[in-house]
Amino acid sequence: MKQRREFLIETLIRLAGFSAIFFVALIFLFLLREGAPAFWETSLGNLFGQRWYPNEDLFGTLPLILGSLLVTAGAVVMALPLGLATAVFIRELAPNWLREILKPLIEVLAGIPSVVLGFLGMVAIAPLVRETLNVPTGLTAFTGSLMLAYMALPTMISVAEDAIDAVPKDYRDGALALGATHWQTIWRVVLPAGRSGVIIAVMLGIGRAIGETMAVMMVTGNAARIPREWYALFLPVRTMTATIAAEMGEVAQGSTHYHVLFAVGILLFVVTFLINAIASLVVIRGGPRRGGRLMG
Amino acid sequence: MSRQASEKIAFAILTILAVVVVVPIVLVVVYIVVQGIGAVNWEFLTAFPRNGMKEGGILPAIIGTVVLTFGTAIVSIPIAVGAAIYLAEYARDTWLTRSIRLAIINLAGIPSVVYGLFGLGLFVLFMGLGTSIVAGSLTLGLMTLPVVISTAEEALLAVPQRIRVVSRSLGATRWQTVRQVVLPNALPGILTGVILGLERAAGETAPILFTVAAFYLPQLPRSPLDQTMALPYHLYVISTQVPGMPLEVQYGTALVLLVMVLSMNLVATIIRSRFRRRRQW
Repeated sequence: MKQRREFLIETLIRLAGFSAIFFVALIFLFLLREGAPAFWETSLGNLFGQRWYPNEDLFGTLPLILGSLLVTAGAVVMALPLGLATAVFIRELAPNWLREILKPLIEVLAGIPSVVLGFLGMVAIAPLVRETLNVPTGLTAFTGSLMLAYMALPTMISVAEDAIDAVPKDYRDGALALGATHWQTIWRVVLPAGRSGVIIAVMLGIGRAIGETMAVMMVTGNAARIPREWYALFLPVRTMTATIAAEMGEVAQGSTHYHVLFAVGILLFVVTFLINAIASLVVIRGGPRRGGRLMG
Repeated sequence: MSRQASEKIAFAILTILAVVVVVPIVLVVVYIVVQGIGAVNWEFLTAFPRNGMKEGGILPAIIGTVVLTFGTAIVSIPIAVGAAIYLAEYARDTWLTRSIRLAIINLAGIPSVVYGLFGLGLFVLFMGLGTSIVAGSLTLGLMTLPVVISTAEEALLAVPQRIRVVSRSLGATRWQTVRQVVLPNALPGILTGVILGLERAAGETAPILFTVAAFYLPQLPRSPLDQTMALPYHLYVISTQVPGMPLEVQYGTALVLLVMVLSMNLVATIIRSRFRRRRQW
């Protein structure tokens, strides 16, 4: 009797363990089920065209894809130096008491809901952007990048911290013993040794930024246009995520528009899947050199 | 330039960049508190919205978020803790285990709006649950799985191996060891993970857009198959869809949401630091 109960419980635990694979497959399957018809209900030329205007059956996703890329690139460019510097500051420079304040503070940033940041971006940051840059509207790709940079920071900082942490103490001692200053040790030894961690930080930052929805939707102005100009960063754009969130509520279920929105979802799924799969491969490859565990 | 001078300059730049990261965090929280505190009073927290949501309170949105958070907990805790136990205590390093880890990493990376699409496709339409608390909770529950699994697994792995060895050598089975020795020791860590996962779920908007959230409802939900209002969606609605909405009410709503979410964060931090202090290994 006891054996039977134990067997049952262990079977359930095993099932729970396997469930993650099942759920990923299920998610992909249902996105495919609802999104695949888009590929035969409308032509590929239309799908990858330059105009997104669903009312006239124009489903060109190019402006949305480029919009996402622009906002994400802007975010990563801003977040990378900030995140790396903060991670180095926390690990190498900050005294203990300061570290005890900084860590929870960064967790607070991770905890702020994206809709709250979006709201604040809309009512407080956008007017600031408009006045400082003297542009017609503050709801621009740049504003979105700025919000996204801060939203990606907690992930980037914690991954970068782990990477710095995982550099063997011998390397550091060796450098210092050879007469290098603390900064030379950081710049020439610690950071190069932890570079796979830096790569992961960038990739996860991209993954986080490209999938973010509410804050981006609220601050980027939502104009589905192709960013051609050199100053396109300071014009409104529209991202893939914002398009889904804004339009899914209003489309008729089963219409072409509905299927295309799911197809955009498939694209987002595939992109984030690849980014995360590659990032985790980097972890495995860089594995033996360090002891720390980088990801759950 | 001497090495010492360049070190000074480099450290100064690092410090400035860290300040640029940290100060806005404090400013955001303080700004929302200052701007929103005037709108928050007893009526705001306990009354229904009136006059096109411009007056009255936000009770149904608060209740809705609490209900959804509980629903998320019911969905995600058993699966996530089970999966964490499997990975920490049972799984060997095989290709299957590696695929499970890869799947968890990918679940963590799927954009929240894609979870929303999936919830719409499977729970709302295919399973016929409609836009309902059940559909929303299932969607949010799946979304929180990876966070809870990772933190729970870490908590389990932090329990020293020797405790397991002693338990097994005294004749306990594997499950008895897990249930009576490992789990109690890992409980605070698991709890921290659960709260952090739920914190994220409570603040999310995109997954509930098409699965549960209602623009405005004149009464509280009566059954799990009802729609409900929810705080994050309500903030989105009143700040973008309702013209002439008083700014103070918007800030007040943002403040209530922020306080709810950050107090969960605080509880998790307290549990974790208490646990660290008490831990003997």
